[in-house]
Amino acid sequence: MLKDITLGQFFPGNTLAHKLDPRTKIILVVLYIVALFCARFFVSYGLVALLLVMSVKVSGVHPKALVKGLKPILFIICFTAVLNLLYTPGEALVSFWVFTITREGILQAFFMVLRLTMLIMGTFLLTYTTSPIALTDGLETLLNPLKKLHVPVHELAMIMSIALRFIPTLIEETDKIMSAQKARGADFESGNLFQRAKALVPILVPLFISAFRRADELAVAMECRCYHGGGGRTKLHVLRYAARDYFVLTGFAAVLGGVLVLAHFGL
Amino acid sequence: MTDIIRTENLTFAYPADEGQQPHTALDGVDLTIERGSFVAVLGHNGSGKSTLAKHMNAVLLPGGGKVYVDGMDTSNEDLLLEVRSRVGMVFQNPDNQIVANVVEEDVAFGPENLGVPTAEIRQRVDSALKAVGMEAFMLHAPHHLSGGQKQRVAIAGVIAMEPQCIVLDESTAMLDPLGRREVLDTVRRLNREKGITIVLITHHMDEAAMAGRVVVMDNGKVVMDGPPREILVRMEELRAIGLDVPHTVELLHGLREDGFDVPLDAMSIQECAAAICEAL
Repeated sequence: MLKDITLGQFFPGNTLAHKLDPRTKIILVVLYIVALFCARFFVSYGLVALLLVMSVKVSGVHPKALVKGLKPILFIICFTAVLNLLYTPGEALVSFWVFTITREGILQAFFMVLRLTMLIMGTFLLTYTTSPIALTDGLETLLNPLKKLHVPVHELAMIMSIALRFIPTLIEETDKIMSAQKARGADFESGNLFQRAKALVPILVPLFISAFRRADELAVAMECRCYHGGGGRTKLHVLRYAARDYFVLTGFAAVLGGVLVLAHFGL
Repeated sequence: MTDIIRTENLTFAYPADEGQQPHTALDGVDLTIERGSFVAVLGHNGSGKSTLAKHMNAVLLPGGGKVYVDGMDTSNEDLLLEVRSRVGMVFQNPDNQIVANVVEEDVAFGPENLGVPTAEIRQRVDSALKAVGMEAFMLHAPHHLSGGQKQRVAIAGVIAMEPQCIVLDESTAMLDPLGRREVLDTVRRLNREKGITIVLITHHMDEAAMAGRVVVMDNGKVVMDGPPREILVRMEELRAIGLDVPHTVELLHGLREDGFDVPLDAMSIQECAAAICEAL
């Protein structure tokens, strides 16, 4: 069970959203976020929401999966909503004790919740339709110009992909160590928070030692396969923009333009 | 040139912990490995066999003496990539040598590092995976494979670099019998069909029995060197340095002591059975 956890769930598929170049998708998400933060009022929010709904439809991802993604940040959403509701000055509607709820407050809270929800859903859509490897690849290529500023782009991408590669291995190992410690009478389920945290030490110590050993062996194995950094490397899969990438990019850029115009007129 | 790897008076010592003598792992090893041969290197733990393996593609550099790979001195840093692309290494733990998330990407890792053009990488990956019989798993995640399958992927990753020699450093030690079979069958086929030189570091006698030549190491020295039929029958000598003989040889030895006239070098189970039948 522990074995199947991955960072950012990926639903394989064969839709337009899956086929787009990962770089395109990353740029799309950036455009989408900019549009979201520029939106002012119902009409512009509506336009961005329409874009999200269409993207979800195209991706074939079940809306339920997107809503599920909101769970961890539910608290932040509620917190922001309440703060905005209570602390926005303006035309008072209800007033009790030290709090005043204003018309502006209600609107502000509503838009804030909408913005956060749509922000999370949009970025989740990216990780749902793009495999972690494609995402790393896309990021590496997109950030390539930063190499001129001596940012170790290739190294960072390599670190990320190796981390992704070893997550299942280390999870499996954690499972094994836990079973081994349980067999020796370790107890992970009872006691207060402090005691439970302390019970984790006998898991973490061997896990770290083995992770270091693995890292060492992997480094030697990589050297044996002639790894010598990013210089002079070629790739099995070269990213190429297709017509559909330009098409979708233009569409998103147009929506961003539309939102900017609408927001300018306060709509 | 008929030698792919040649060592000349090779010595190596691991740096010592404080207040201790440095541990000598290799002590004057002279060894020539012929192109296209299948050599097994035997020895118990600490005999220096893994250290020797690591010298064969410049993971370790000689403390004294020389190692030549295909005529190139491994201590010459400019030739490092050349040396490593000619002699591939497969290690013990399959999990710690697979770099990528997808089988084909992992096999492509070596050629990518060598700067092979994209179209050729594709070709090499396809033929390497076919050579180890893993082409059906091209798009699988490595952590869902069995140990033997992972090790075959690791071998494919080495083959994709088109080496002339593959060194397997106890690559079967962590595998179940089935996985061992898979790996050994694969390397034997590669040796036979593609003429790739195989150096198999092991402490399993039955693996050594299938090689063309057996080199036995003890205390950092080569103590025996010859065809398996001559080496693996020397039961007393092997036992003295902490090694066993194949079960068949042990059986034949026992029979001989009891007065049966059987040959000692009937190594495979079939041969052994035939020899016993004849003696009866």
